[in-house]
Amino acid sequence: MAFVPGQPVTAIVQRIEIHKLRQGDNLILGFSIGGGIDQDPTQNPFSEDKTDKGIYVTRVTEGGPAEVAGLQIGDKIMQVNGWDMTMVTHDQARKRLTKRNEEVVRLLVTRQSLQKAVQQSMMS
Amino acid sequence: MDTESTYSGYSHYSGHSKKAHRQGSRDRHKSPRSKDGSRSEKSVTIQTPPAEPLLGNDASRAEEGQDDNWGETTTAITGTSEHSISQEDIARISKDLEDSVGLDCKRYLGLTVAAVLGLLVFLTPIAFILLPQILWRDDLEPCGTVCEGLFISVAFKLLILLIGTWALFFRQPKADLPRVFVFRALLLVLIFLFVFSYWLFYGVRILDSKDTNYQGIVQYAVSLVDALLFIHYLAIVLLELRQLQPMFTVKVVRSTDGESRYYSLGHLSIQRAALVVLENYYRDFTVYNPALLTASKSRAAKHMAGLKVYNVDGPGNNAAGQSRAMIAAAARRRDSSHNELYYEEADHERRVKKRRARLVVAVEEAFTHIKRLQAEEQQKAPGEMMDPREAAQAIFPSMARALQKYLRTTRQQQYHSMESILQHLSFCITNNMTPKAFLERYLNPGPTLQYDRDRWFSKQWTLVSEEAVTSGLQDGVVFVLKCLDFSLVVNVKKIPFIKLSEEFIDPKSHKFVLRLQSETSV
Repeated sequence: MAFVPGQPVTAIVQRIEIHKLRQGDNLILGFSIGGGIDQDPTQNPFSEDKTDKGIYVTRVTEGGPAEVAGLQIGDKIMQVNGWDMTMVTHDQARKRLTKRNEEVVRLLVTRQSLQKAVQQSMMS
Repeated sequence: MDTESTYSGYSHYSGHSKKAHRQGSRDRHKSPRSKDGSRSEKSVTIQTPPAEPLLGNDASRAEEGQDDNWGETTTAITGTSEHSISQEDIARISKDLEDSVGLDCKRYLGLTVAAVLGLLVFLTPIAFILLPQILWRDDLEPCGTVCEGLFISVAFKLLILLIGTWALFFRQPKADLPRVFVFRALLLVLIFLFVFSYWLFYGVRILDSKDTNYQGIVQYAVSLVDALLFIHYLAIVLLELRQLQPMFTVKVVRSTDGESRYYSLGHLSIQRAALVVLENYYRDFTVYNPALLTASKSRAAKHMAGLKVYNVDGPGNNAAGQSRAMIAAAARRRDSSHNELYYEEADHERRVKKRRARLVVAVEEAFTHIKRLQAEEQQKAPGEMMDPREAAQAIFPSMARALQKYLRTTRQQQYHSMESILQHLSFCITNNMTPKAFLERYLNPGPTLQYDRDRWFSKQWTLVSEEAVTSGLQDGVVFVLKCLDFSLVVNVKKIPFIKLSEEFIDPKSHKFVLRLQSETSV
């Protein structure tokens, strides 16, 4: 997941579709995000490359919509509904995820194990 | 208590033996009286000696009288002291006598040579100018203002040279070094050669041929004076300036108790470095107190006395094997002398602290009895006025006992006679010092200079060195300054070459960001 500046980022991603849950006046997704281009990347426990300023999933609430949809802790979110999440500030990421008129968010996430799974399947 | 009486015997005996050599038999028949007096010392009645000037005989007589009451409770003079003090005194005194004659001759010879040379050098330009006037005045070309200008310049330059020489060379010699001072000798030789060559030239070219160009002669004299001023400059640089920049660090360790100091020196010869070290020794090192060393000596004696080697296998003088066997046995033996040392030292610390507390309290109380009279009050109450000496004598008895006990515990009692304590007390009273300032002298052992010359143990020094003493200091040179009782080992190290590089920091380059790591739940 390391990126070379100036080159397009390639990653193996998984599509995850989360249906927001209504709780009172809010629509919640059931996970927490960390990271962003205005944050300190060295404190990210999930990133492989400590200069990676992408958005990561830091917590997934049990039984929430995100867990049901298959989101795992430590995933890096690459796109939300077509919007890029690799070069956004923390607040922009939060806003993209919590739009009030969207009931469903379609994420593209990537994680370490995806790469390994693809490699294994290619070898066999 | 046993140790205390032995030490008292030491000081008692040494005090008497020294005076015996100076004052003949007068002290001999006084000693039985003092012994009787000292036995009844426990009650504190102190006969204050008459307030006389403290020079010479009076001081020793006062010390004699004070030994009655101030001295310790001696029951017997222990003749078996560790070294016989009186014989050492004889040796020292006779050595001083015979050395002083030889040294003086050498010193005065050097001084007279330098003085004669200096006088000759000073009079030479004047002679150069005057001789043509005296000898062939009529033949000389008249030379008006130019010569007079040159006369003035010669006069002032000679005056400057005179003042400079007085400032630089006319100083009391403060030490006697074993070898000749190389730079000074070089300079004297240089000056001599220089003046000699000038006289030679003058004699041959001017006197013999009776040169009539007076202006040239005067200019020749002016050039001599200029060159002399330059030689004076050279003397300043060689003798004074060159050694100022520190190049070496010397470590000085006293052999008896390991006290050490570091000093910075420049380019000096070994003998001059030794001189600097000795001058600083008298100021920086605490006074050498032989009474403090007896504990370690007794421990060492016990180590050696514990084992004996018996040769069971027959005759054979295997000395090396024997000593090795002794060392091995000593290493294996489980002796508890470290335990003894620890408890002894802890005990001693406690005792010293207790006595010190008592002393401080006693002195503070004693000082409260004295009040200074202001000038107006002095006319009003002429009755009970005392001068500082009497005031000191009045308050001394209340603190005498505590002070005596403290000095005995810290083994300093030989360094402070009652007379010196009274003198110090009156000095402190005169200068409005607090009790703590009065006690500062007794609570900490001070440098050697603070004490009476008789107690120094270190007046005659010998320089022991493997290299020639006139050679300069180098890295790794070691020399030893020995006196009769101890020695100072001096180790020279070069100050390392320091590479210093610079780094420029723009004051505007100090910028900071916050380290954020926020987590938002969506």
